[in-house]
Amino acid sequence: MRRDVFQAIADPTRRAIIMLIAAQAMTPNALAEHFDTSRQAVSKHLRILTECELVKQEHQGREIYYQLEIKKMKEIDKWLDQFKKIWEDRFNQLDNLLFKLKNNKK
Amino acid sequence: MKANLQFDFLANKENNTLTIKREFAADRQMVWDCYTKSELLNQWFAPKPFTTKTKSMDFKDGGHWHYVMVDPQGPEYWGRMDYIKIQPIDFYTGLDSFCDASGIPNPDLPRAKWEVTFTEMGDHAMVHTVVTYNSLADLETVIQMGMKEGLTSTLESLDDLLLKLKK
Repeated sequence: MRRDVFQAIADPTRRAIIMLIAAQAMTPNALAEHFDTSRQAVSKHLRILTECELVKQEHQGREIYYQLEIKKMKEIDKWLDQFKKIWEDRFNQLDNLLFKLKNNKK
Repeated sequence: MKANLQFDFLANKENNTLTIKREFAADRQMVWDCYTKSELLNQWFAPKPFTTKTKSMDFKDGGHWHYVMVDPQGPEYWGRMDYIKIQPIDFYTGLDSFCDASGIPNPDLPRAKWEVTFTEMGDHAMVHTVVTYNSLADLETVIQMGMKEGLTSTLESLDDLLLKLKK
């Protein structure tokens, strides 16, 4: 299966990884410290992110650092902003309506 | 009130789908009603600052919902949902299209199939929506139209991220 940016950001752990490496390039070990999941699970997410071309590896001595591919992030941004915001607004309005209906029932 | 309500939004360019999952702090029957009764749909379906008005609705297999989203600046966007299969209060499927005030679908604009499923989550309800377009080009067209209509804003976390990157 070919991966794309949308699959990359579908997962909350991967989104968190993206946020972390946006600030600075990190090694898998350093990243794993931020999560309750195993080091293996973090590696798997990194592999998916790499396949999606959202992150790239950089070798520094014996360590591998992961850093963000900014160009790819902008592609996602452009695509998704529109739709996600529409649905968010819609659902927020539905929350308000449900809240009102529940109060009327009481 | 809406703390910690699950919201997943996934656009898949491989199969031209949007998958949207959202939890609501109400029981399944009440959420179902909000999705399937025009007087309730009118109160939430169009994203702000648009408002929704129903022209006609016949909620049954083969029936339809004909509505308009009104921009406070003036423009109106007509749409219709043709219901394919309905199973209260579990799911419905339908074909969504852009149309005119008389309800005639615009053949030049993308149509999409909607599959909306309602499940219980304790005293909450989860709504799982899959919107399937015929092609990636259709999905792109709809996104472009969203931009034109001024429904612009940003995905908050990515926005923050991009700000950070610009520094």
